[in-house]
Amino acid sequence: MTGNKTDKKKKIIKTIKIDVDKCNGCRACEVICSAFHAAPKYSSNNPARSRIQIIRDPLRDIYVPVYAGEYTVAECAGRDKYTIDGKEYDECAFCRASCPSRDVFKEPDSGLPLKCDMCESDPPLEEPLCVQWCLTDALIYEEREEEVEEEVEQEELEIGLDSLADKYGLEKLMDTVARMSEKD
Amino acid sequence: MRYAETGFNLEVDLTRGNIERVATDPRNTELYLGGLGTNAKILWERVPPEVEPFSPDNLLIFATGLLCGTPATGCNRTIVSTISPQTRLMAFSMMGGFWAPELKYAGYDKVILRGKSPDLVYLWINNDKVEIRDASHLQGKGATETAELIRQELNEPKAQVASIGLAGENRVYFASIEQGRSSASRLGIGAVMGDKGVKAIVVRGTKDINLARPDEYMELCNEVLEYIKFRNENPIPGVMPILAGLGSPQEMKVHDEKWHTENFMWGNSRTRRRDFWNEEIAKDWMETMESMRTRLISCYNCPMTCGATISPPGRPTYMMKCFSKLTYTMAAMSDLEFGLGIAQSATEYGVDGFSAPQVMAFALELLENGILKDKDFPEMPKDNEGRFYYLLDKIVRREGIGDVLANGTYWAAKEIGKGAEEYAHNNIKKHEQLPLKLSMLNPVYFLMYCTGEKINITQIEGQFPQAPYPKREHREAFVKDWFQVPDEKFKQYFIDWEPRGENSNPYYPNVQMSCDIVDWQEKMHYIDDALGMCSGLSSFPLKPPYHMHNYPKFISSGAGIDMDEDKLTQAAKRYRTLVRAINISRGMRRKDEKPPEDHWKKRFPELEEELLDTYYKFKGWNNEGIPTKESLHELGLDYVSEDFLERGILTDGEDIPGEDASSKEAKAAKKKK
Repeated sequence: MTGNKTDKKKKIIKTIKIDVDKCNGCRACEVICSAFHAAPKYSSNNPARSRIQIIRDPLRDIYVPVYAGEYTVAECAGRDKYTIDGKEYDECAFCRASCPSRDVFKEPDSGLPLKCDMCESDPPLEEPLCVQWCLTDALIYEEREEEVEEEVEQEELEIGLDSLADKYGLEKLMDTVARMSEKD
Repeated sequence: MRYAETGFNLEVDLTRGNIERVATDPRNTELYLGGLGTNAKILWERVPPEVEPFSPDNLLIFATGLLCGTPATGCNRTIVSTISPQTRLMAFSMMGGFWAPELKYAGYDKVILRGKSPDLVYLWINNDKVEIRDASHLQGKGATETAELIRQELNEPKAQVASIGLAGENRVYFASIEQGRSSASRLGIGAVMGDKGVKAIVVRGTKDINLARPDEYMELCNEVLEYIKFRNENPIPGVMPILAGLGSPQEMKVHDEKWHTENFMWGNSRTRRRDFWNEEIAKDWMETMESMRTRLISCYNCPMTCGATISPPGRPTYMMKCFSKLTYTMAAMSDLEFGLGIAQSATEYGVDGFSAPQVMAFALELLENGILKDKDFPEMPKDNEGRFYYLLDKIVRREGIGDVLANGTYWAAKEIGKGAEEYAHNNIKKHEQLPLKLSMLNPVYFLMYCTGEKINITQIEGQFPQAPYPKREHREAFVKDWFQVPDEKFKQYFIDWEPRGENSNPYYPNVQMSCDIVDWQEKMHYIDDALGMCSGLSSFPLKPPYHMHNYPKFISSGAGIDMDEDKLTQAAKRYRTLVRAINISRGMRRKDEKPPEDHWKKRFPELEEELLDTYYKFKGWNNEGIPTKESLHELGLDYVSEDFLERGILTDGEDIPGEDASSKEAKAAKKKK
């Protein structure tokens, strides 16, 4: 088919360049990420809530900072293992998904998915905090402009509800919401 | 709500297999902060002097510092306290790594072990779920190997493991506890862990640590980070490379070892090799390091990369830090390739990198001098390096002569007799020291060696330069941005310090200045040890990011405890005095407070007496080094003086031999009332 009209618009692509060779495995990025995203801001910290996680295996010299990406309902059908420079990386080592196959990128209490938001803030920060706190320069921030198709972004609440629906079933979720609203 | 700390300790009775989560009293945090401070309080209350190190009643406390787990850079230390089998005094060895923050996130400030497990076990702390698990399959395994096996069997790659190797299991008096890239090595605490039948403590935590006033706290954290960047870009000029920057001495990065190899002693702390370092050795050692070092690594939440993963050819990878790089090399009069290789075995066995090489060199010296015989070393290889591997193995297995040597040079010499004591020449309070033998007495170092109760010079020195710059203008330039000083007078002390002449060692810094300098240096270490801060960013280097002026603010805004410089000084003095009180109750006196006879060639007995007299008085101790009733009262430690009076350590209203005049007067005045 021809003549399909797509809306294009300019978008800033925020990029964190990750140099695994420079990572010292200190996890300062996890500390500051979880502190920034605490409510109220900085009131607590807990690396298990961080939206960046260091896949870290010092004796095999494996250091991979991974950022939380989209939530996904199902795990992949197969699993891959990478060998790079003689080092075997575990399946999913480079994957950003909050997914049923593992417990990273989920709130430790509720299991709700976490996603990196590049430290969205008003006024905006110069750089995401994980980059600012990485003094070994394993994380470097860059912005570039790209033309992209416009699409409606799913809101945070919706993502959360989606994942709860996946976990407990939509019906049960609706029942619970109904019950909760009656209480108020 | 409790801030920075969790407010709970984990009490584990290994004899009965009982585990309890116990709420702590927030008033103790105000008085003793945390870490070392509250450990000392617990040991004072629960381990009376009659309790032997290997008694089930001895406690082994793994403590986090008060600020561990908060975003404060470098605050990751675990403070392990118990009664040392070697010194029979309080031991408080520490380790960096990742363990303490993980324990905080699991919801505990301390793990307190008591009793003895009948079988080898490990403790698995997973948030609220805590189990004692069988470790019989881990018996004899290396410390690093154990950590790997446990992570696999629990399927918990993020769990942090503190473990012992064979040395700890066999109660070697200088056995370490290994963890991450760090270890708590000094004073034989690994032996106490082995005696309790605990192979490892494994922790995983996913809970929050709260801050009292987050905005204020984060501003302080950011200032520290900025200052670290500044210091990394602006090393201090005119000092040797390892003293120019921050962090613990950057032994994994710095290749130039001229200073260590030519100024520290080789063998059994005997031989100085003044012209050792040359281009060929420099090239050779650099190649060794670069071929084996896979990566520079850090402890939790710290950018300093003081450690490295080392892969010696044909051996498993291990993690190394700091001066253990050279201790084996120099004890064996060998090269770096040997040193990095044997350190791999030593890490798996879990032994202290200062004591172990010295004990082995001591044994070979006894053999050379006919005090030990060939028959004491059956089937020992002929080559030098082979002998060290042989001895290490005998010691950690406690086989033959190794069983004697495993108690360290002091106790081994006593047991061997025949003049062996002369060869155990580098001890303070029965504990092996850095291999340093110097010429001119340094009054500041004299006091630190005598009275340091960590019994390790690197853990009391720092802040104040070790030597004066040759030129006054350089000294003046140094003090210009020296805002860390707790008092302006320290700047003048340094400006007036000359390498030669009237204002030089041993009479300058003068007695009073020496007391001030030692007190400042010691105070900063004690504060670090309660907060869990790495001394590499605080008390050890020159011009550190943490100091007396920002610490009270960190404590106030982090833990929500109203704190200022005076209050913090008083708190540090309180638990520092409590550490001394524990040791005094175990018999430590002035006679024990002396550096090795041969530490300096030029000694000044009268000056040394005056230094110690004045320092004791300055600290509120009597002439025997015992805290006086008055100074204990001032610190709110009346419960200590009551105990001392009961035990006859202090005598109320009567003259105590050698007690200073002012306290006599005070007592006389009290009597009149």
